[in-house]
Amino acid sequence: MSTPPGAAAFCLRLVRRQLLLAFRRPIDIANPLVFFAMVIALFPLGLGPAPDQLAAFAPGVLWIIALLSNLLTSDTVFRGDYDDGSLEQLLLAPQPLYLSGLAYICAHWLVTGLPLVLISPLFAVMLNLPAAGILALALSLLLGTAVLSLVGAIGAALTVGLRRGGMLISLLILPLYMPVLIFGSACVQAAVTGVPTGPYLAILGAMLSLAIALAPLAVAAGLRISIDA
Amino acid sequence: MWSFFHKLGSPPWLYGIAGSILRYLLPVTVIALVVGAVWGLLFTAPDFRQGNSYRIIYIHVPAAVVALAGYYVMAAAGAVSLIWRMKMADVAMKAAAPIGAALTFVALFTGSVWGKPTWGTWWVWDARITSMLVLLFLYLGVVALYEAFDNKEAASKACAVLSLVGMVNIPIIYKSVDWWYSLHQPASIKFTGESTIDSSMLYPLLLMITAFYCLFACAMLMNMRAELLEREAKTGWVRKLAAEGAH
Repeated sequence: MSTPPGAAAFCLRLVRRQLLLAFRRPIDIANPLVFFAMVIALFPLGLGPAPDQLAAFAPGVLWIIALLSNLLTSDTVFRGDYDDGSLEQLLLAPQPLYLSGLAYICAHWLVTGLPLVLISPLFAVMLNLPAAGILALALSLLLGTAVLSLVGAIGAALTVGLRRGGMLISLLILPLYMPVLIFGSACVQAAVTGVPTGPYLAILGAMLSLAIALAPLAVAAGLRISIDA
Repeated sequence: MWSFFHKLGSPPWLYGIAGSILRYLLPVTVIALVVGAVWGLLFTAPDFRQGNSYRIIYIHVPAAVVALAGYYVMAAAGAVSLIWRMKMADVAMKAAAPIGAALTFVALFTGSVWGKPTWGTWWVWDARITSMLVLLFLYLGVVALYEAFDNKEAASKACAVLSLVGMVNIPIIYKSVDWWYSLHQPASIKFTGESTIDSSMLYPLLLMITAFYCLFACAMLMNMRAELLEREAKTGWVRKLAAEGAH
């Protein structure tokens, strides 16, 4: 029997496997982005197409949509692997569940968060966000969506064993998303009004560090509970 | 010392001890609530700016304080159940969640009743109000997650993890009045240094806060007893209890 791969190599393989699975079904990557674009189209219809008004709401609106599209996908982080049983194998593997959980989250962020960050300037222009805010939007989303993925994975791990987990997960994780939303949209708002964005990005960065350190612990505990149940 | 911990894991013993604590705590709670409410609502001087409307402080502040403390109790019980696998801590955690949610609701409701005459509005998206609303959602999340599981043992563990994760929001709620510009004033009652509330108003308030803590403890013990009976419904001691009660 060959020796099992080390934790780092194992995690890299996990990430690659998840990415491969995602790329084989590109529609799953496109869906959150299409959702984002559709909801963007709802706002001019609901609020009226006046450019000034849209620009005033844009920082908050863009962040809320990013949060919702993350919420929609967070349910799927462990779903497929729970259904086909590979999650159980992961629990039995000698590698720490903390790191393999982190690998899942990382892959999830790469296929949902990162594309959103890259495409966000386009959506920002559609909502008439002033040019000064665009970089701040992309940077705050870069840090913020990673936090959202980490926190969302906690909810996903706790509800993966439940048949009707979909609605429940929003009740569980939306309260935890709120701090990210506050500082994320405040960052964009600050950039638009010409205030330095450094402090907001620093707070988002602090949240990210905290989430990277602690969220996988909760994810690992949640997965154990869900599998045992 | 150790035998105490062993006994703590035994449902009939916990049921009994909760009953005997309640026998003394319940009268104390009722007396403290009545005395505090009468003292605060009838015998304190009206505030020189808010008149009589400030008196709702005797319900609002105790409810808010205990709602936050209740989350600590719930999360601590969750941590104990996760770390030491104590089943009775599960029972305590499950018992605390709905009471905390109710107290948070009371704090929000009395706050909006108080806000109308003093701030001129029922509701504002003020930092503290918003964070108390988040606290309500955290409590409701725990209750909903518990109900979603068919396997109650897994439900307790999942709720324990969730309540520990939710702990990150609690310091934010406590500090929200200091960190953000808010309609709420910063803390008036201080353990160190001079309180910025007159002692004639402070003492009934402290009595009410104590009474609400006792009320929380009573409600929690009652909930725990009910939960124990439900969980242990098929065991001998519950059947014996039911048979005794039937006569």
